[in-house]
Parts: sequence; C-alpha cells; structure tokens
Amino acid sequence: MKKNMLRTENLVFEYIRRDEEGNVESINKALDDVSLEVSRGEFVAILGHNGSGKSTAAKHMNALLSPTEGNVFVNEMNTKDEALLWEIRKSAGMVFQNPDNQIIASVVEEDVAFGPENIGIPTKDIWKRVEDSLEAVGMTAYRTHSPNRLSGGQKQRVAIAGIMAMRPDCIVLDEPTAMLDPAGRKEVLRTLHELNKNEGVTILLITHYMDEVIDADRVIVMDSGKAVMQGTPREVFSQVKRLKEYRLEVPQVTELAYELKQAGVPLPDGILTVDEFTQAYLQAKNKCYYDV
Amino acid sequence: MIRDITIGQYYPVDSPIHRLDPRVKLSATMLYLVSLFVFSGYLGYVLAIAFVAVCVKLSRVPFRYIVRGLKPVLMLLIITLLFNIFLTKQGTELASFWIFHIYDEGLITAALMGLRLVLLVIGSSLMTFTTTPNQLTDGLEKGLRGLKVIHVPVHEIAMMMSIALRFIPILVEETDKIMKAQQARGADFESGKLLQRVKALIPLLVPLIVSAFRRASDLAMAMEARCYHGGEGRTKMKPLHYKKLDYVGYLVLAGYLGLVIGSSFVPFLK
Repeated sequence: MKKNMLRTENLVFEYIRRDEEGNVESINKALDDVSLEVSRGEFVAILGHNGSGKSTAAKHMNALLSPTEGNVFVNEMNTKDEALLWEIRKSAGMVFQNPDNQIIASVVEEDVAFGPENIGIPTKDIWKRVEDSLEAVGMTAYRTHSPNRLSGGQKQRVAIAGIMAMRPDCIVLDEPTAMLDPAGRKEVLRTLHELNKNEGVTILLITHYMDEVIDADRVIVMDSGKAVMQGTPREVFSQVKRLKEYRLEVPQVTELAYELKQAGVPLPDGILTVDEFTQAYLQAKNKCYYDV
Repeated sequence: MIRDITIGQYYPVDSPIHRLDPRVKLSATMLYLVSLFVFSGYLGYVLAIAFVAVCVKLSRVPFRYIVRGLKPVLMLLIITLLFNIFLTKQGTELASFWIFHIYDEGLITAALMGLRLVLLVIGSSLMTFTTTPNQLTDGLEKGLRGLKVIHVPVHEIAMMMSIALRFIPILVEETDKIMKAQQARGADFESGKLLQRVKALIPLLVPLIVSAFRRASDLAMAMEARCYHGGEGRTKMKPLHYKKLDYVGYLVLAGYLGLVIGSSFVPFLK
C-alpha cells in the first residue's frame, strides 16, 4: 500500500469570533471541505491569494490547529490524537514566514540544536545532527555566528536546518520567502529542492509566488478555503484564465505566451520557462513563414 | 552598527578564567562580594585586592578595560567619598572651613569605603568580561536547579533570559526603524522640554510593544512546532560539566574565604 505522508479528509476549519458575552458573532470558514494527499518524497506547492486559507491549512499539518470537522493525518497519525502530538511534530517540521521570529538562540548552532534538545536526544547525537543539518543547508561556515548578522535567506536556511535536525519526514513551509529579497528566495528554494532530492524529505511549500512552484512535482491552488485546482505545474499554468479568476498571477513568460496565443500566434499551452518559450516561438514563426 | 551591539561586555580571549564553569564564576562572584563587606582589618583588604588582582591577571582582560568598567559608578563613588569625609566626626580634626570639618577618621573611612566599592565593581565586571550571557543563563539554570523543589520555575526563567538576549538587538533595530519612519513624517524626538520629549515617545512605544507581542506569539508558535514543551525531558547540546579546573577554582575560592575569615581573628592587624 502506498503510504501517504500527509492526508486531509474533508477538512473544515472555522474561525469563530465571539462578542463580550461569549455569543457567536460571526463564523469565518477558513477551510471548507479540503481533501488533499501528499505522498512520501513529493515536492508539493500550495498556491493561493491572501486569505485563501493556505496558511491555515499549513498549520493543520503540524497540529498547531485542530480541525473543526474532518481529519488530518500525518504519517497516518491523526492530529486530533493528543498523545501523538510530539510524534506528529517530529515527523512534520514547520518553517514560518519571518525568519527572525523563529530563531531562538543567539548562536546558529545552538538554534539548530533547539529541536533535538526538546525531544531529548543525547548530547553526542545532537552534535552529529547539528553538523549534518548545517551541512545539508550549506551553512556550516556560519555555525558560531550570531543569527543577527546573517542575511534573510541565510536566516531562513538556519531555520530549515533547525527543522532538519529533528530528522522529519516532511517539512511544511508557510511562505518562507515572503520577507526575503530575490537572491534570498532563490537560495531558500535551491536548498529545498536539494533536501527533497538528496535527503528524500517531503516538501509542502506554501507560497504566492508563481515562479517558485514551476519545479514542484505538483501544485494545489486554493481559493476561499477550497482546493480548486490540482495538477503538475504545466497542467495548472495552462489554465491562465481560471488562475486569473482566483486572483493569481502566472509566471511572466507563461502570461506572454498566453497573450500571444490569444492574438493568434500558434503556441502550445502551459509554457513555463524562457527556453521553452523561445523554442515554441521559433517553431511557430517558421510555421507561419511557410504557411504564408 | 546597531546589529553589532553586544549585551554585557564579554572580552573574547582564551584564559583559565574564561574556561571556568559559569557556576564557579557565579558563586565566586557572589561570595567575593559578600566577603568584601564582612571582613574587618587591613589584612582583609590586602587579601581582597590580591585575590582580584590574581584573577584579573589570569583572565588576560586588559587592565584599562577593567578601569573603564568603573566609569558608570564614578558619580556614586564620588558621592560616597564626600559623605564619608564630611559626615564622620571622630578622631582629630585636620581642617575646617565654614560648616565643613574634616577628621582623620573620616579620611580613612572614605578611602576604605571607596576601595570596597572599586573592588566590588571590578569583581562583578570581571565575571561579565569572562562569561558570555548565554553561559551565564546556562550557569544560572543549572546552578539554581535545586530551587525547583520550592516551585521556582528555574528553566523558564533561564529560557526567558536567553530569549530576551536574542531579541534585544532585534527590538533595538525595530525602534530605530519606527523612529525613522515617524521622523520622516515630522515627528520630533529631540527638542522640547523633558515632558514633551517623553510625550513624543508614546507614539514610538505603542507600535513597538504591539510588534513585540506579535513577535512573541510567532516565536511561541515556532517553538511549539519544534516540540518545545518546557524543561521536562530536555537534553542539552552543551551541557555543563565540572572539569578539573573548576574544582581547582572552588578550592582557590575556599582558600580565599578561609583566609578572609581567619584574618578577622588576627587582633594586632585591626
């Protein structure tokens, strides 16, 4: 049987706002009947506009939030089961948006050690884990530095190393690049792909940057609490019109191809990279030339 | 740069004093400070000076750094000296003008009091020169472990201290950012009377506190996501273990205390 890393079954989550007397004032359905599956070793991206419920979904994967209705399974463990809480958090690590607010210690290596310390790993193994994880994210040279002097991308890599040191099967990243500059974003994404490929870690990347999801195995699009589209990046990005309905931008080159196609240039759907575009465009141009 | 501010005044060199376990340094400092105020007699002063001099020498912290540490307490020192000189009315009168009378006893008490204060400051700053704030927190956590019996949340206090140390530079930077943003919109933090200046700080403090709370809530979530559940069952990457040097440290400390207490019983030196 194929074992799912993460699975949600008809997940519903409501933010309930109460007035001073405790009466329900309004109910905000952040997640509405979401059923997702992420298999082991996959690199899945969740795309969505602000308020689409993607961050709320992410927090369910680490049992930081508990479903109002439905179930969430991490490694086939139900997140509603409080006895399994630490096991779940051990196997699904979570990286947040602001790198400053998730680094606890004043020295890089001590911060990476924070997770293993919490789960009671013996001292000798902590050192080994810290070394391995810093190596995996390419931050070994900075191990004795203060996090305050690192760049945003480096801080986020330290945060990822901190999760890696807990040896999780899966890392959920909640908009890890939203506060970074373009160089930092590239740095973090490269690290994630390397971890996915070399260490076999399942990655669930939540983002609203289209160009970050091009290399993912699968893309899930969320809008108003529902998972509205699913498929490979190519499948998803070939539906430019639908994406625009969900207030999402497509990568620039995809958009260009789409507009050209609307104007009558015979280009295929779902072009994702500049190289692909150049080739398709040259082909189309030659074809036109001979047709005329 | 604001990013570079360090808390405390750690002087990074390698020395036997630096290598001592923070618990040894903490208890040595505490006992030294107490010893300064219990001994009587000149021999006590000689011992106290000798002890701190040996420690300073061993620590390899330059003497001018240590003297610089006295600056903040200079005012206090001067006031203490003046009070002792003018308010002691014992012994023979050396000089007098208007309402002031100076007695020889006064001069002596002032000098000794000043000496005690100087030794006190040097003794405690030597600890901060040779111990990083993190080591200090670790030392406190482990050294005060026993207080858990009477329900003092030792681990939590230590965790709070180390998180505070980590976030001070971040909050300083943030203050700077908010200040600049408000100055760009015409806020004035620099002129006016004291009351006006204090009032001008309110629009600075409100966003700062709000953001600190937001950070705290983010950090709490990140800590929980990394399986933090208090000090129970927690291991350490860098646990504190006493080494040979630390036992030597304790022995030296005991020796010093023995001598100080002994010196109080030597009558002819009083």
